[in-house]
Amino acid sequence: MDDPFELAGRRFRSRLLLGTGATSSLETVEATVRAAGAEVVTVALRRLDPDLPGGVLDLLDRLGVQVLPNTAGCMTARDAFVTARCAREAFGTDWVKLEVIGDDRTLLPDPVELVGAAERLVDDGFRVLAYTNDDPVLAGHLAALGCAAVMPAGSPIGSGMGIRNPYNLAIIREQVSVPVILDAGIGTASDAALAMELGCDAVLVASAVTRAQDPVRMAAAMRAAVEAGRLARLAGRIPRRRYAQASTPVSGLAVFGPDLDDDA
Amino acid sequence: MNEPAGSAALTVTVNGRHHRLPVGSTVASLVAGFGLRARGTAVARNGEVVPAGMWAETALADGDRIELLRAAPGG
Repeated sequence: MDDPFELAGRRFRSRLLLGTGATSSLETVEATVRAAGAEVVTVALRRLDPDLPGGVLDLLDRLGVQVLPNTAGCMTARDAFVTARCAREAFGTDWVKLEVIGDDRTLLPDPVELVGAAERLVDDGFRVLAYTNDDPVLAGHLAALGCAAVMPAGSPIGSGMGIRNPYNLAIIREQVSVPVILDAGIGTASDAALAMELGCDAVLVASAVTRAQDPVRMAAAMRAAVEAGRLARLAGRIPRRRYAQASTPVSGLAVFGPDLDDDA
Repeated sequence: MNEPAGSAALTVTVNGRHHRLPVGSTVASLVAGFGLRARGTAVARNGEVVPAGMWAETALADGDRIELLRAAPGG
C-alpha cells in the first residue's frame, strides 16, 4: 500500500518513531530499530561521561535512520533553545523534538515555556516537532507558529496509561494541518493502534518498547499495531450503535409452519 | 587533562569541574584533549553554543564555563 508519511519535508514508509531511552544495550537498540522498522529515532545530548557507553550515534548513522534530537529534561524555554542549538551542531540536523517539562512528577509540558521555545526555534530555522499536552488549543497555537508537527501526550511519559483523552486527540487531528504524532503514555500495542485509528499520523514509542520484558518482540508488535491502526483509519470504521444491525439478510428467511410434534 | 607546564595557564570549568589549560587553548584543543570527534559533540561556552566551524578560532578565557555534551540514548 502506497501511503507515505510526510514529515518536515521528508517522506517515510514507517509511521512508528522510536526512542532510545532506558535501553539496556546498543545491541538492543539496533534490534528494536530493525524490528520496529523505524526510520526516525530520537537521541539526547548529555554531559560527557566516560563511564557511559558511547556509540549510539554511530549506530544510528550506520542504520541510516533520521536522527531526531530531543531537549528532554529542559524546564525553561532558554534551556531548550540552547540545547536544540547544541543538538544541531552535534547531529547536523535542524530537526528537534522540543520538550519543555513543567513538572518533575508528571513530566507534562509547560505550555508557556513550550510556546516561547517553539517561537525562538522556528525563527532560528529549526524543524520543530513539539511535545505537547493533549490540548487542542495549545496544539493549534504550536501549528500556527510554524511547528513541523505536534506530538500530544496520551498520558505521562513512561506511565503506560495509554490514551486518556481520545476525544481531544481526535479534535487535534481535525484542527491542525501539520502531522500529529502520539507521543508518551503508550503501554502496549493496542494503545498504538487506537492512536492511529483516532487519526494520528504516527506514533512515537520509547519506554513501552525499551522497558518491555522482550523489547524486540514488543517493537514488532508496535509495528504491526501502527500498520493495523492506520489501515483501519483509512478503511473507515462502522458507526457505533446501541442496538444490533443484522449482518445476514432478514428477507428470504425460511418459513417452516407449526411444529406438528406439539400436538402429540 | 594534563597539567600544563609553566605558569601560563587559565582555569575553565568543564561540566562543572575546574580544568587548568595552557594559555592559547581553544575549544578545538579542548575537544581534542578529551579525545572526541566533532560528530555527536556539542560545546556551549558561557551559555551559548559554539558552532563546530568556530571551534578552532574560539580561544578559551580564564573563568569560561564550558558545557561539553555528547550524544546519549534518550527519548
